[in-house]
Amino acid sequence: MSLERRAAMATLLADRPKNLFVVPGLGSTTWDAAAAAGGNDDRDFYLWGAMGGAAMIGLGLALAQPKLRVAAITGDGEMLMGMGSLATIGVKQPANLFVVVFDNGLYGETGAQASHTQGGVDLCNVARACGFERVLDIKDDDGLRALATMLRTSNKMLFARVQISQDESPRFLPEKDGVVIKDRVRRAVEAV
Amino acid sequence: MREFILTDTPHLTLVKPAVAWPDDLFDVLKRADVRQVGYVPDAGHSRLIARCKADPDMHDVSLTTEEEGVALAAGAWLGGQRAVLLMQSSGVGNCINMLSLIKSCRFPMLMLITMRGEWEEFNPWQVPMGAIVKPTLELCDTHVTIAEQPDQVVPLAQSAAQIAFGGDRSAAVLLSQKLIGRKVWK
Repeated sequence: MSLERRAAMATLLADRPKNLFVVPGLGSTTWDAAAAAGGNDDRDFYLWGAMGGAAMIGLGLALAQPKLRVAAITGDGEMLMGMGSLATIGVKQPANLFVVVFDNGLYGETGAQASHTQGGVDLCNVARACGFERVLDIKDDDGLRALATMLRTSNKMLFARVQISQDESPRFLPEKDGVVIKDRVRRAVEAV
Repeated sequence: MREFILTDTPHLTLVKPAVAWPDDLFDVLKRADVRQVGYVPDAGHSRLIARCKADPDMHDVSLTTEEEGVALAAGAWLGGQRAVLLMQSSGVGNCINMLSLIKSCRFPMLMLITMRGEWEEFNPWQVPMGAIVKPTLELCDTHVTIAEQPDQVVPLAQSAAQIAFGGDRSAAVLLSQKLIGRKVWK
């Protein structure tokens, strides 16, 4: 059984606390986060580029603001491009950073070509090997709800793979102007 | 210029000019209120990296590849902190696509880059990237200056910090191999 990506994102971000900030990765997870917000949420740093950078942007934000809970929620292709950042984060052990990968085993934005996770690469094991002690492999709604709780309560960094279906969702596009998105997030941080 | 031996292992001797510019650079970063330091370990930056690691008010982040440091700096700025990326010239090539994040969102981005492939270089494989660092960064909309003498380091670094953090853009200082010294392989 695989989870539907839009419903999965909605479950993770429903009634989110004021200090839960999200860095969604280039492509589908940015559209998912925008759909969950019903447009734009000031606490989301929507990525339209910078492939491979979502987790590291999350690290910079988490280190700068211990009062925040930062969730980098990205796709398997985006995570594979920045896989070294799991090692970098593993060394730093930031208590308020949570790396979540929506894994459908393919590159949805470019025509559904297979990613390495479909070819046998296990990102959960990569995260474990990089020093993540709390690793979740989410396959169903119960697991998803448990992850949603942990994003709100965990006092330790975690990695979660969310196994999502390969079905495509309709485009749901947030603000595209990077300066607007950046300034909005900064103001939202100051308001927490 | 007077030189002294910084590192002497069975395989490598690092000969450095007897200057204080790494400590001066640390003072520039402190005055600019830089709080996150991303770096890929580098002989030329070893003293500055050690100073940053020893400072309890700085987050030192050792990177697996340099573009991680560009993304780190963007995240730091979202959280209200200033960051710097310390790297060798070869790392500039790794940063190119991630620098589009800086331009697209008008983030500040300060980079201090130790040069290879330009003076007293013993490794020809360092030359191709070293030779194109300045035009490459300029194509990425980065303000670039080159420090070749110790007394240029502080003013150029201070200026780059002002251009980056005051101007919301990318700025880099290239630190010539003349400042860094010679590597002698055994």
